[in-house]
Amino acid sequence: MRFMFKTDYEDDIRLFPHSGYVVTYGVLLALLLIAPHVLSSYLMSQLVFVCIYAIVGVALLILTGFTGQASLGHAAFLAIGAYTAAYLQTYNVPFPVYFLAAGLLTGIIGAMVGFPALRLTGIYLVIATISFALIVEEILARWESVTHGNEGMRVKTLSLLGVAVPRDSPTFYYLCLAVLVLTIVGTLNLLRSPTGRAFVAIRDSETAARSMGVNVALYKVKSFAISAAITGFAGVLFAHKLSFISPEMFTLQLSIEFIIVILIGGTFSLHGAVLGAIFIVMIDPFLTYLKDDMPGIIAGLAATFGASTATAGNIQSNVAAFASLNGLKGAIYGIIIVLFVLFEPLGLYGRWLKIKLFFQLFPLYKRATFKRQKIYVKSERNR
Amino acid sequence: MLDFVQQLVSGVALGCVYGLIALGFVLVYKATEVVNFAQGDLMMLGGFFAFTFIGMMGLNYWIGFAGAVAAMALFGMVAERVVVRPILGYPQFSIIMATIGLGYFLRSVAGMIWGTDDLKIETPFSQGVLRMGSLVLAYDKLSVIAATMILCALLWLFFNKTMLGTAMRASSENMLAAYYMGIPVKRVVSVVWAISAAVATCAGVLLAPITFIHSNVGLVLGLKAFPAAVLGGFGSIPGAVVGGVLIGVIESMAGFYLPEGWKDVAPYVVLLTVLLLKPEGLFGLHVRKKV
Repeated sequence: MRFMFKTDYEDDIRLFPHSGYVVTYGVLLALLLIAPHVLSSYLMSQLVFVCIYAIVGVALLILTGFTGQASLGHAAFLAIGAYTAAYLQTYNVPFPVYFLAAGLLTGIIGAMVGFPALRLTGIYLVIATISFALIVEEILARWESVTHGNEGMRVKTLSLLGVAVPRDSPTFYYLCLAVLVLTIVGTLNLLRSPTGRAFVAIRDSETAARSMGVNVALYKVKSFAISAAITGFAGVLFAHKLSFISPEMFTLQLSIEFIIVILIGGTFSLHGAVLGAIFIVMIDPFLTYLKDDMPGIIAGLAATFGASTATAGNIQSNVAAFASLNGLKGAIYGIIIVLFVLFEPLGLYGRWLKIKLFFQLFPLYKRATFKRQKIYVKSERNR
Repeated sequence: MLDFVQQLVSGVALGCVYGLIALGFVLVYKATEVVNFAQGDLMMLGGFFAFTFIGMMGLNYWIGFAGAVAAMALFGMVAERVVVRPILGYPQFSIIMATIGLGYFLRSVAGMIWGTDDLKIETPFSQGVLRMGSLVLAYDKLSVIAATMILCALLWLFFNKTMLGTAMRASSENMLAAYYMGIPVKRVVSVVWAISAAVATCAGVLLAPITFIHSNVGLVLGLKAFPAAVLGGFGSIPGAVVGGVLIGVIESMAGFYLPEGWKDVAPYVVLLTVLLLKPEGLFGLHVRKKV
C-alpha cells in the first residue's frame, strides 16, 4: 500500500500523483501506438469509433458529470461539427482550418444553447436540449442548399498537409488518438483550474457556489460552449470516418447512446468516458460473436453433460433462433442500462476502483466503503 | 374558415392523445418526482395488450379494454417494484436513465412478440362520422376528446379530494415527513404507477384506430407528450391536458398553414419559447429557493 503525503497545493493538483501513473499510462500509450500493427482492420475501425465516442464522452462529462447540467442533445452538436466539415470541404478549405472552424461554430452554438439553459434545471433542461436536437435534425433535413437534405453529403478523404489520409489507414487512427489524448489532457487541466472548480461547485450546489462568488451564469455558458466545441471536433472525425453523413444519423438515439457512454463508464471521472466508449462500441461485435458462436457452445456444453445428439441439436437450433430475433440488441441495451443504474451507479470505473481497493486493503476491505446512502428526497421543486 | 375549424378539431383530438400520455407523466411526477421516460412505451404495451384481448382472442371491445387496463396496472406496479423502487430517492438523472432503459427493453420485447407490422383494433368508434353542417368529425377522434376530459376530471378529483390523492401529494413534497405522518409511501408510489400505466393504456387503446399500434409508437408519441407535460408545468393535471391540446393544435395548424417541415418542429419551437419566458411552464408553481 502506498501512502501519499501532500505537503502543498501543487502536490494536490499534480497530473501524475506518483510514478506509477507515468508507467501505467506510458505502457497504455505504447500499446495503443502499436495497435495498428497487431489488430485486424475491423478491430482498428472499432478502435477509431472508441476514440470518437470517448471524445464526445469527455465533452459530455464536462457538462453533465462536472457541471451537473444534463443534456440529451449532443448528437446535434456532433451533427453541426460534421456538417461544417463537409460543407467547408466543398470549398477546398484545408483540414486544420475546417477542423478548428467546426469546433468554433459548435462552441458558439453551444453557448447560445447555454443562455436559455441558465434558467432551466433538471427535467426542463433535458426537454430543452431534446427540443434543440430535434430542431437541428429538422434543419439539416430541410436546408438543402447547404446540407443536401435527406440525400446526405459525401465527405471527401481527409488530406493533411497535402497527404491523403484514408479513413481506414493507421494515420487516421493516430489522428483520432491524438485528438482524444489532447482532449483528455486539456480537460484534466481545465478541471484543476479555477474554471473547473467552479464547474464542480455549481454541480454540488448552485446556491452555495453563488454565495461563494462564482458567477453561475457565466460558468454554465462556458461549460456548454466547451462541451459543444469538443463535440464539434469529434463531429469532424466522425464525418471523415463514415465518409457519408445524413440527418438520420444524428437522432435522439445517438444522444442517448452518448449519455449511456458516461453512465456506464462512470460520471465522476474522465476514465469513465473512455471505458464507456469501449463498452458501447465493442458491444456490437460482441453480440455478433454471441449470435454466431453461442448456439454451438451451449449445445456442446449440453452434450458434455450427457444430452443426446438430437437434444443437443435441438438446443442449438433453439438458441440460434433466439439469438437472431429482431430487436434482441435493443432489449440487451435496455437491461444493461437498468442493471447499471440499479447495481453499479458508479459505472465501470467505480467497479475498477472497488476491485483495486479490495486488493490494496486485503483482507480488510469492507463493502460499506462504497455503499450509497439512502436519501429521503425532499421535493426538487423547493431546492 | 371551415378548414380552420376542421384543423382545430383534429388538432384538439391529437392534442388530447398527447394530453393523455402527458397525464401519465404528470401523475408519476406529482407523486414521486420521478420522470418516467417509458410512459410512451407503457402506452404502446397497453395497446398491444388490448390488441391481444380484442383482436386475437376475440373478446368484446369493452371487456378487452378493461382487461388490458387491469393487466397494465399490474404491469405498472411490477415495473415500479423492479426498476424504480430500488433507486427512489437518488438523483433524478439515475431514474431518468433507468426509465429510458426500461423503454428500450419494452420496445424491443414488444417488437419480438407482436412483430413490427402496424396493428389495428376494431372499435365501436372506428366507423362513422358526426356531421354538423358542413363540418365532418370522425367518431374515433371525438371519443378521444371525450375520454380525455373524463379521465382528466376524475384524476383531478382523485388528487385533490380523496385521502389517497392527498397522501400522494404529501409524499411527493417530502417522503420522510410523509412516512412520519403514517403514509405508506411505498404502497402509494406503487398505486401511482398502476394508475399511470392504466391511463397510458386508455391512451393506447383510444389511439389504436387513429395511428395504429406498432412497437415505436410509444417513442414517437412520447416525444410529443413530453413537451406537452412541460408546457403545462409538469405537475399540474389540467396543465398536462392544456399543454397537450396546445401542442396538438400547433402541430396541425403548422402542418396546414406553414411550409412543409414546420409540422414536426413547431411544437418544439413553441416549447423553447415558453421555457425561455416562463421556465416553470404555463401552470407550474413558482417556488422561491430556500437555502
